[in-house]
Amino acid sequence: MLTMIGKRLMFAIPSLIGVVIVTFLLTRALPGDPAAYFAGPAATKEAVEQIRKKLGLDKPLIEQFFRYTNDLAHGDFGNSLTTGQPVAAEIRNRLPASAELTLLGLIVSVVIAIPLGVLAATRPGSWIDHLCRVTTTAGVSLPVFFTGLVLVYVFYFRLGWSPAPLGRLDVFYSAPPTVTGFYLIDTLIARDFEAFRSALSQLILPATTLAIFSLAPIARMTRASMLAVLASEFVRTARASGLSPATVIVTYAFRNAMLPVITTLSMVFSFLLGANVLVEKVFAWPGIGSYAVEALISSDFAPVQGFVLTMAVMYVLLNLIIDILYGVIDPRVRLEG
Amino acid sequence: MKRRDFLKSVSGLAAGAALPAMPSSISTAYADARSETLLIVSEGGPNNLDIHGVGTNVPGYEVSWNCYDRLISHEMKSGPGGVPYYDRDKFKGELAEEFKIDDKSVTFKLRKNAKFHDGAPVTAKDVKWSLDRAVSVGGFPTFQMSAGSLTKPEQFVVIDDHTVRVDFLKKDRLTIPDLAVIVPCIVNSELVKKHASEKDPWGLEYTKQQTAGSGAYKVVKWTAGTEVIMERNDDWVCGPLPKIKRVIWRMVPQAGNRRALLERGDADISYELPNKDFQEMKANGKLNVVSLPFSNGIQYIGMNVTKPPFDNPKVRQAVAYALPYQKIMDAVMFGLANPMFGAPKDKPTEVAWPQPHKYNTDMDKAKALLAEAGYAGGFETTISFDLNFAGVNEPLCVLVQESLAQIGIKTTINKVPGANWRTELNKKEMPLFTNVFSGWLDYPEYFFYWCYHGNNSVFNTMSYKSAEMDKLIDGARTAAAAGDKAAYDADVKGFVDLAFTDIPRIPLYQPFVNVAMQKNVSGYQYWFHRRLDYRAMAKG
Repeated sequence: MLTMIGKRLMFAIPSLIGVVIVTFLLTRALPGDPAAYFAGPAATKEAVEQIRKKLGLDKPLIEQFFRYTNDLAHGDFGNSLTTGQPVAAEIRNRLPASAELTLLGLIVSVVIAIPLGVLAATRPGSWIDHLCRVTTTAGVSLPVFFTGLVLVYVFYFRLGWSPAPLGRLDVFYSAPPTVTGFYLIDTLIARDFEAFRSALSQLILPATTLAIFSLAPIARMTRASMLAVLASEFVRTARASGLSPATVIVTYAFRNAMLPVITTLSMVFSFLLGANVLVEKVFAWPGIGSYAVEALISSDFAPVQGFVLTMAVMYVLLNLIIDILYGVIDPRVRLEG
Repeated sequence: MKRRDFLKSVSGLAAGAALPAMPSSISTAYADARSETLLIVSEGGPNNLDIHGVGTNVPGYEVSWNCYDRLISHEMKSGPGGVPYYDRDKFKGELAEEFKIDDKSVTFKLRKNAKFHDGAPVTAKDVKWSLDRAVSVGGFPTFQMSAGSLTKPEQFVVIDDHTVRVDFLKKDRLTIPDLAVIVPCIVNSELVKKHASEKDPWGLEYTKQQTAGSGAYKVVKWTAGTEVIMERNDDWVCGPLPKIKRVIWRMVPQAGNRRALLERGDADISYELPNKDFQEMKANGKLNVVSLPFSNGIQYIGMNVTKPPFDNPKVRQAVAYALPYQKIMDAVMFGLANPMFGAPKDKPTEVAWPQPHKYNTDMDKAKALLAEAGYAGGFETTISFDLNFAGVNEPLCVLVQESLAQIGIKTTINKVPGANWRTELNKKEMPLFTNVFSGWLDYPEYFFYWCYHGNNSVFNTMSYKSAEMDKLIDGARTAAAAGDKAAYDADVKGFVDLAFTDIPRIPLYQPFVNVAMQKNVSGYQYWFHRRLDYRAMAKG
């Protein structure tokens, strides 16, 4: 197992180097001049040049690159110009916000989607199959920001059940001391149950929005892969041997159907983490997606590079975890790997 | 608490979803906190707490305005609709107890009991250091200081611990007003010097993250892109103690949510909403909506006069007759702007800016002028706008495109991302575009100096050059400094007339700054910088 992990990590190094080079070049190729942007509306040409010098943008590209990699090696991601903060600190603060939201959304989604997919597969053509089809189609075809806005409109503006969409906590609560960065966990560690309640109620709407969107791939994949497994010979054998339907479905069919579902899950997770920008915007969520997009809009190089790099690292780790999970679920993968 | 009332009536059904309802013990404390707290929601937040910093954005100005003091500030007068409006011509001391202006200099006597947030007294040394800093750091602050002929550290002289003299480089009417803008704020020099380094002699890295002033508020927490929390400085002596104890300023990117927050009563005040929302909120009367014109600001259509076809004044006049002015007012601005077009034919030019021009939508005249210019068949061009303000710019450009097509001018719309907009303006290559300019200092010659003078600043986006125009603008500046009213009036009328006949840029309207607030929020004041002044505000 350890050698496998080591090997996988080795393979990741070239791709990370590639990511560093490509993001550096891509951000430099962006149209727009950060010096002109940050010199302000009233700047003269000299003022713009002064700023350019201050930002080190007057140096040749190759020197900028070496400086950048040198800083990276020291764990310094540079400073964001739009927020004025070190990128590493910002990502550290914002990643848990996004991760907490995404994870919760994914859990809600899995809890609904997998049973729905399994039931739909065991009773193809029944009402539950149609329900599955309708919910997933509706979920995936509604754009996330639209679902988000509708939820805010109904549950906050009209009904008043949900708290104001103002980020992770009600404005009059203070954030718990950071342990994990996940407010749900940190508030419990701090034994601040009021704040826990506030954090949870702030999470409900955005997590539901994400869940609705990610229902489709998970439920459909579960259904398809269950159908394939249920039609296979070992299931027929199990049934013929007189095993109870529950044992057949859960122990034999479901476990075999898990592999593609796990793959889909990992895809959905990484996709959501980067792509929940819109949800973050709607709910004023201080996450990593909105951070990257704002930086991109203002030609702010450092956060964009930092974001892409963090995402690349996350992908590598996620793939590693998935590979390990494969081995746990299906011994054949272990043997072949 | 409406939420709870609702719950009582619906009971069981709602219970599951109603997790946030609070136990009564904390809700009293919550209510107390609310009445002394101002909750502001806006789209963007500051990127730097110090206006002297590199690339400090406009929200950052609001922090500086409230957390730092200046030597002098403006008096208030009653503005349009009875809203307090800063008085361009009247100054009062802020950190200065009194000040004396003579021909060559102005002398400030500082308040003896003024203290910085850390308790250190505000001395003449701090004033000099701060003003030196403003004229030396480069970039925007230095540029703004130079607009009032404040360029050299030698101009700021310490007389004694509580007296400072500012020497004039030359006679300039804008010197005193320029000392009352946001930039010449007084910084705690001893504190900042401790955090300065060789690479950063002015301690910009330190003041970026925390406020080091003597102002009525201090920043206690700042999470970039999320929130700014400010608390009142109870030892503030430069004015009556503000009523608001705590200001929580949250960034809510979604305009619809900002409106929802206001209408539900969760947020106290917001700006930067679409005009349509403001107009609707005004109509339904649940909130106070204040709309005031930008002082010295105009949205315009500009034309690059260095290249054909817009180098021909006839073509420019044709465009000026072809613009759908009223449609823009109604469909884009929802009436929330002052029209800058269609003045009566016989109206004499005033000594004022902005003032409306005499063009109106008249397609026949436009066609005739275009034919006269030799473009009877029309031509093709592009119209550019800044995507940062797409809410207004995009529909505006579409209307212009439609109108120009009627006289044969085919336009393609070019959307420029915010980050590129200034680069594009600097290049001065866009043939046709829309933009806003507004000056902090509310003087016609200030506006014209930036926008029409042949020294071709960034804001002379049309690259307009005319010896006659330069003579009039320079004349007005000299006349203003000398106090020669007759010459000044003649020159101002002269350059306004010339700008309208030559028409390198076509003024459309004077935009409004719109602020929506709860009925129980009072004390809003209009300032030249168009941001909020918390010091005068109150709740309840």
